[in-house]
Amino acid sequence: MREIINGMTNEMKLEFDSRSANEAFARVTVASFMTQLNPTLEEVSDVKTAVSEAVTNAIIHGYENHVNKIQIFAGIEGKTLRLEITDRGVGIPDVKQAMEPLFTTKPELERSGMGFSFMEAFMDEVIVESEPGKGTTVRMKKVIGKGRELWTTQSL
Amino acid sequence: MKYEVQENCLTIYLPGDLDHHNSEEIKREADRLIERGHVRYVIFDFSETEFCDSSGIGVIMGRYKKICMFGGEVWAAHANERIKKILKMSGATKIMQIYEED
Repeated sequence: MREIINGMTNEMKLEFDSRSANEAFARVTVASFMTQLNPTLEEVSDVKTAVSEAVTNAIIHGYENHVNKIQIFAGIEGKTLRLEITDRGVGIPDVKQAMEPLFTTKPELERSGMGFSFMEAFMDEVIVESEPGKGTTVRMKKVIGKGRELWTTQSL
Repeated sequence: MKYEVQENCLTIYLPGDLDHHNSEEIKREADRLIERGHVRYVIFDFSETEFCDSSGIGVIMGRYKKICMFGGEVWAAHANERIKKILKMSGATKIMQIYEED
């Protein structure tokens, strides 16, 4: 399946309880894993924010604050970081609506409704797969090191 | 975390990570102080803050809603470049003043 011509592949999987204390653990772990791509500080911050948004969504919306398991898969293919954040919670009935800026199902919690907007702003690709009653997977991709050393990665 | 009320001004010294985990306590404590006193200005001090996500934006928006109908204002102080970017992207800068030192 994988066709990597010029680069390595590396993968990791993480499973943890959907407790808010684990939000920092999750984003710092992914940040640490991606350091092998030699990212800029900005790229690390972007990924940390996106991971934090997806994990927070799983805790608040997916599991509605019940403790269950959240899984993170992270893969490196060449210069691309690929992430999958999965919960087996309630799922999202209308993904398109959920991804609209400022949309929130929980206004009483003063959620800003910016979670998916932040993921989309900071990652190159965000795909949400969800089925009510089964759970949600957020797949994200980001090419690391875009602005730098383009001449070594682009064949002319 | 530290909260300081001076006259009609509440300063919240934010933690290193302003995420969902930390924001719940800040909301509770800030609202308690706002409801108790005559707080008109809320200053979010980001000196120690390295990380802020949309939950942090929710904290700011929520406090703004509480005080804006009494003519209150929210301010950000000591925000680093990353935090400023998040504040701008989220639109929080439309309701919040950013205190810039020179």
